[in-house]
Amino acid sequence: MTLKFVENVSPDVTTDIVYMMCPMHLLKLEEQVKNLDMGQVLELLTDYDGALEDVPAWCDKTGNEFLGIDEADDYYKLYIKRMV
Amino acid sequence: MKIRYFDHAATNPLHPEALDAMMPYLKNEYGNPLGIYDLGQNARDAVEQARQETALLVNAKPAEIIFTASGAEANNFALKGLAMARQNDGKHLIVSRAEHHSITNTARSLEKLGWVVTFLPLDKYGTVDPQAVKNAINKETTVISVIHASSEIGTIEPIKEIARIAGERGVAFHTDAVSTTGNIPVDVKELEVDALSMSAHQFYGPKGAGALYLKQGSRILPLIYGGIQEGGRRAGTENVPAIVGMGKAAALAVREMDARAAHVKKLRDRLIDGLTKIDKVHLTGHPVNRLPGHASFVVEYIEGEGMLLMLAAKGVYAASGSACTSKALKSSPVLLSMGVSSSMSHGSIVLSLGMDNTDEDADVVLAELSAIINRLREMSPFAKSGWGELKEGE
Repeated sequence: MTLKFVENVSPDVTTDIVYMMCPMHLLKLEEQVKNLDMGQVLELLTDYDGALEDVPAWCDKTGNEFLGIDEADDYYKLYIKRMV
Repeated sequence: MKIRYFDHAATNPLHPEALDAMMPYLKNEYGNPLGIYDLGQNARDAVEQARQETALLVNAKPAEIIFTASGAEANNFALKGLAMARQNDGKHLIVSRAEHHSITNTARSLEKLGWVVTFLPLDKYGTVDPQAVKNAINKETTVISVIHASSEIGTIEPIKEIARIAGERGVAFHTDAVSTTGNIPVDVKELEVDALSMSAHQFYGPKGAGALYLKQGSRILPLIYGGIQEGGRRAGTENVPAIVGMGKAAALAVREMDARAAHVKKLRDRLIDGLTKIDKVHLTGHPVNRLPGHASFVVEYIEGEGMLLMLAAKGVYAASGSACTSKALKSSPVLLSMGVSSSMSHGSIVLSLGMDNTDEDADVVLAELSAIINRLREMSPFAKSGWGELKEGE
């Protein structure tokens, strides 16, 4: 899988799960995307490397759009657009 | 022999209603809260109800409560977790000299890992000066931890003022509220703290249950890695019975706090009045701004341990300083920091009260302790001559 990097995405909602253990990134992702309106963007902040693979895979599986990744100093910002 | 228990700062008996609430989870309701079947769901519901009850006790949101196995774990978690989550911003911590060992020893362990720790001094009443906190903050400071009230001297610290100073400087603030939560009003919003430790057995809940309040949005590095219990922040299958007991004890504390405080305060004041009438017996800690059930003293010329053993022989159970200090026969760092001499600090005695104490208990402890002090002083070489040339540390 090729990682897709993005910059200056304006999210509608930000969820900070930095330092929370796996698989919180998937549980929080599901919970937060459910709360978005259609077309809105979630910014997920996490330090967990596994999320780089899991979150795009979850988006593929559920039909939501994975916009990409932005890197901060010690964590990642992942952007997900609700499509379903 | 009737037991008269004056060591409620060490631990408390379990409230019968808390025990009743726990019993089903020690017997038939043994499910793992992560189980997807009814047995698991029941356990999960019980833990979540306890979380709500515990949150209510400190005016937090349920999601801001992380259950731990003890107050000490909550303190370790707070200091290490907050410091490590902020290590890219700086490696300077501030704690006070009034802290419990679970903070001071954690701070020392972080020193070994490269953090710099400032220990704040205490005034003669054991109070931390908020101005000293302000002066100690530098651009590397990431976490400040000051105890809400010391179980050794009973002094209640100006937490709100200190938390506000920390907040203005963008520094995370934690308070060890183990001795106050459930005993006096503790409101995390009013105190403006980022994190706060508590322990169930300090308010008639079971041992083996504590909690850390962590303000929503605060980052913390876990101490214990594993599964997703406690929101992915503290792994390990939940101690469901103890957590249920903690929730019940919290609900009871909300309901009964005023009556409990009035009961122990009346007895506390009798003990303070009676014992400070004895020559060279001094109250330690703040005379007014102190825990309602806490009376602590230093008795000149004699050892606290001697008093404790003789009191225990009469069925009166008390403590000398903190439980750890007492066992190690060391001078209390808290008393030393308040300016009490090393020799005098050995004569420390703490009488901490609870709902089981009566007026008669207070009469007995006053009479017995007066007699014990006289007997021990008759044997003490210092009682007649004073401390003389005895130097610090002897």
